[in-house]
Amino acid sequence: MEKVHNVYSDEKIYKKLLEDKNITVEDALENEMVINMGPQHPATHGVLRIVLRLDGETVVKAVPELGYLHRGYEKMAEDMSYIEFIPHTDRLDYTATLCNNVAYVLAVEKLAGIEAPKRAQWIRMIVAELARIAAHMIAIGTFAMDVGAVTMVMWTFRERERIQEIFDRFAGARFTTSYTRLGGVASDLDDVAIKMIRDFLNSFEPGLKDMDNLVLHNRIFIDRLEGVGVLSKEEAISFGLTGPNLRASGVEYDVRRAKPYLYYNEVDFKIPTYPEGDSLARYFLRGDEVRESVKILYQCLDKIPHGEIMANDPKRVLPRKTEIYSRMEELIHDFMIINYGINPPVGDSFFSAENPKGELGFYIVSNGEGHPWKMKIRSPSFCNLQVLSKLCEGAMISDVIAIIGSLDPVMGEADK
Amino acid sequence: MEVKEFIVQKVKECVGEANVEVTDAFGDLSITVKKEKLLELARFLKENNELEFVMCKDVTAVDWATRKKRFTTVYHIYSFKLNFTLRVKVNLDEEPYQVESVAPIWESANWYERETFDMYGIEFLNHPDLRRMYMPEGFQYYPLRKDFPVMGIPGSLPLPQKPE
Repeated sequence: MEKVHNVYSDEKIYKKLLEDKNITVEDALENEMVINMGPQHPATHGVLRIVLRLDGETVVKAVPELGYLHRGYEKMAEDMSYIEFIPHTDRLDYTATLCNNVAYVLAVEKLAGIEAPKRAQWIRMIVAELARIAAHMIAIGTFAMDVGAVTMVMWTFRERERIQEIFDRFAGARFTTSYTRLGGVASDLDDVAIKMIRDFLNSFEPGLKDMDNLVLHNRIFIDRLEGVGVLSKEEAISFGLTGPNLRASGVEYDVRRAKPYLYYNEVDFKIPTYPEGDSLARYFLRGDEVRESVKILYQCLDKIPHGEIMANDPKRVLPRKTEIYSRMEELIHDFMIINYGINPPVGDSFFSAENPKGELGFYIVSNGEGHPWKMKIRSPSFCNLQVLSKLCEGAMISDVIAIIGSLDPVMGEADK
Repeated sequence: MEVKEFIVQKVKECVGEANVEVTDAFGDLSITVKKEKLLELARFLKENNELEFVMCKDVTAVDWATRKKRFTTVYHIYSFKLNFTLRVKVNLDEEPYQVESVAPIWESANWYERETFDMYGIEFLNHPDLRRMYMPEGFQYYPLRKDFPVMGIPGSLPLPQKPE
């Protein structure tokens, strides 16, 4: 400023120049620029806003601003019964709705002490893994598209479309599934659905190979991502990252292995990790996870037993519709559960499940009434985004896009 | 069960038996500690090489509305070494509701505490950047407090003017 002042020695002219916003008075080369990225920006995966301070093309500081999709689900949960909240979990991570459904009912079942029948639990595993594949397909596709490989998104969405058709078959909806119920699942996986899943898996593996060929030998893609946004093991842990982002930094932590829920301890799968911790590792890790999910799905389809899909617990689990219309007892129970809720015991519990983005946790405080006293959603995208400002510092402005894509946030979940 | 007993014993050694209250419900171990002892306990839990609770999974608060100690802040921390998630609680009684920030110990607590401040109005002392997380700057209420209506307060959020 001092230098500039000398050039425009007349105080009056200088003041006037400062007032005019169209003229740059300072030296353009020694100037730091603040630019605003988002919330309406296609590469921010939703309504994420980042304020960047730039020195030339280098990012000096990046501040993410959240809250553009804040709908107050935690407040709404306090005003509705446990069953009523299931459809709202679809809107958290809208790329993997079934994973959210499963995680939520497991959290409530832990609090209320309900146990779903065996078949229901295996079905939950199958649908969660299908949703994981679908979510990773979006993650891989949009990430590759962000850095310039547009073909990828077409191919991944083609695979995802087939998974959505399977969802449509057993849940009756493609996106907003709301498939799980307290004590079971809404409808059984019939033979057609199981055949659809098998057909999909058989043709999916060649498709994965094609996708690999597309990027593995692509110099532009690899040079663009290698060494960008490197995160060490210690930093990843201290920033509370979970899911693929943590495993890409070399930490072998997966809730499915650390605290097995459902029947994950009965299936055989590996936890892929990469020591590099850069954007490329995060990209490859998602591909590896999809392969593990395929492995899990094959085992589930072999092991799934026959039997009931809803628990027999009349005071807390909704009866079937046919029984409600024909029998008095069931009608009363249905009325009580819908109007007064399931009344879990007084206390608080924390349950977390492995979602495609990381660890989704529900901390529920019950005071013995039909609706939760407090429900906190520990959403993985929220804490994964926290590391963004650290990764962006010192990176080029075009790398910011790559880093956001590699972290794969979903704003529906981060903003709750 | 052995892990839980071990943790409880270690915690009692650190801050003294009078300052902690242990509950074990639904399979979750929960430790309620006095407000003054929080930082000491947090640092101990993270740095003790037999415990190593290196990851803070979640920070939140509970509004009890009618209780004398109105707020409870809740921390969920995880140890890779013990493969265990521990819950630490702190009861806050008098206004202004303040508690020491754990963000200098666990970096991930930074945003969680901002969120808790935004939703409950609990002030975290020595927090590096205590701003609202979701609600706009200048919003006067704390939405997750029990005295805030679910419908919201009309006029509390300034809406953009309609173009003529």
